[in-house]
Amino acid sequence: MNPMRRTGIILLTALIISLFFCFAAGADTGALRFPPPDFESGYEMPATETPPSASDIYEYLAVIVLAAVLGLGTYFVFTKRKRKYIWGLMIFSLAFFGFWRRGCICPVGATQNITLTIFDQGYAVPVVVIILFLLPLVLSLFWGRIFCGTACPLGAIQDIVLLKPLSVPYWLEVPLRLLGYVYLGMAVLLAVTGAGFIICRYDPFVSFFRFSGSLGALMLGGAFLVVGIFIGRPYCRFLCPYGILLRHLSRISKWKVKISSDECIQCRLCEDSCPFGAIRQPTGEASGEELARRKKMLAVSIVLLPIIVFAGGLGGARISSLLARAHPDVRLADRIYREESGEVAGTTDQSEAFRSTGDQSIESLYELSAEIQATYHQGSRLLGAFLGLVVAASLIRHTVRRRSREYKADPSDCLACGRCFELCPNERLRRQRIKEEEDLRVG
Amino acid sequence: MGEKGEKHKERRAFLKEGLWGVSIAALGGLAGFALTSSSEKKTVWQIDPYKCNSCGRCETRCVLAQSAVKCVQVKAICGYCDLCTGFFESDPVELDTGAENLVCPTGAIQRSFVEDPYFSYAIDEDLCVGCARCVKGCNAFGNGSLFLQIRHNLCLDCNECAIAAACPAQAIRRVPAEEPYILKEVK
Repeated sequence: MNPMRRTGIILLTALIISLFFCFAAGADTGALRFPPPDFESGYEMPATETPPSASDIYEYLAVIVLAAVLGLGTYFVFTKRKRKYIWGLMIFSLAFFGFWRRGCICPVGATQNITLTIFDQGYAVPVVVIILFLLPLVLSLFWGRIFCGTACPLGAIQDIVLLKPLSVPYWLEVPLRLLGYVYLGMAVLLAVTGAGFIICRYDPFVSFFRFSGSLGALMLGGAFLVVGIFIGRPYCRFLCPYGILLRHLSRISKWKVKISSDECIQCRLCEDSCPFGAIRQPTGEASGEELARRKKMLAVSIVLLPIIVFAGGLGGARISSLLARAHPDVRLADRIYREESGEVAGTTDQSEAFRSTGDQSIESLYELSAEIQATYHQGSRLLGAFLGLVVAASLIRHTVRRRSREYKADPSDCLACGRCFELCPNERLRRQRIKEEEDLRVG
Repeated sequence: MGEKGEKHKERRAFLKEGLWGVSIAALGGLAGFALTSSSEKKTVWQIDPYKCNSCGRCETRCVLAQSAVKCVQVKAICGYCDLCTGFFESDPVELDTGAENLVCPTGAIQRSFVEDPYFSYAIDEDLCVGCARCVKGCNAFGNGSLFLQIRHNLCLDCNECAIAAACPAQAIRRVPAEEPYILKEVK
């Protein structure tokens, strides 16, 4: 290395630094440190390229395709009643909504956009997102969870890996389902406070659709798929926050997916056909003793309801400061506070960025953080109470005895996949009849 | 039992109908409310170059294998410096275009002679990984004509931008798709 040159560079750097300080006052008014030259050689400055984004047409295309898939899905599940068609439609959705559209934006994630638009007046949600969010929900009020079985790419990718289904015992399935309520509640709380969209952040399968993602995301997705070989659609059943909404609307839907198109002959063939634990057995007549016992349990659960809700609220309030740390401003304020008080040395990228812009005073940051924490205090109390209500309602529901004389698909659990149709002897007869009629017509 | 059972059934059916009506009304209300604050305009993610502190997360946090964030150059701001601190390391071994002397890890900045003593710098976006090292250099001692932008021919428009969630300066926000870039301007 040429020492002369080195000295030259150091000098130059020093010059630049001094220039920087000279211009520091000027920087505020926007003056450039090195004014652009007047070229004499006729050089013309090229403009900065700004490649446009994909056209809106693709967004509307997604809405149209979703409507078509849901319509066709309803027809396949209720009229055609053939697993093969439903499966084909599901694969199409996996290809289109998953691998072609690469995930975003989907009705599941849209839950957060809709939440945010309700609570944040400054946020304008695109109309497409509203339609995507509402279409499957409205449909579920008429025909149940057609979306889950035919249109959702997250469900489809789990459905195709389900090779060796094991049944989850009911006593385990019910508490596991609560996870979905926790996830939904957290997602709503974090969306309301502007801390981010956790449903999208922790989406386990979207990295497969994009063929890229962080190692953590790929491992999470891989784990779900490995579990999904044995446990049917673990994400849909135990975590999906949108599934929670669909579950409750499907419970009161106008028409319900029926295993048999005719009267159930109780052959028990369909009993083990549902990998999602949606088929309920006939109950038979209850003894007086059992009825008395259930009445007692119901009374106890009703008494417990306010207690559980209250306890949930208390528990929620206790963890509110922990939840509030999900918000970047709260974390930043905490960091700045600890830097100011000398508890920690040095800065992070966050605190450095905050200090260097100087747009906001430290006091106003503390104020903002306190405001957000107050919101979290209220929010997590409500979240806790909501979860308590869910637990208590589940208790009550399980004490009430529902009489049924046939094998039925529970509309809240049924994902309209059509697996049970294939095994029902009534269905076989029906299909044979249709085939004979068709043959006659052709012949 | 029969009559009582019938009554019970009727009551349940009535309750269900009521609940159904309430649900559909709630969904309708939600749609109406959301529509009042909705926008027909598409929005896309963009970096505010005045907030960006060139931390380097854009390179690593994008969900794409190669980040959709690229460095852009606004030539009207550029000083056309010979000793460009966005191009050369601050302590170079030699002042030539050997890789060890350059800030850019992928050689994405093309330096070309314009006229004495001016050089122009352009970004080869196929090579740029969005690491912001040149941005840091240009901001520290130059005019700040190099800065990061999300390229919309590459961006997947995730519902939540993974870089935005990780950005320490909270510099990434949604902007109208009609004006999808926040370019620095000559003041």
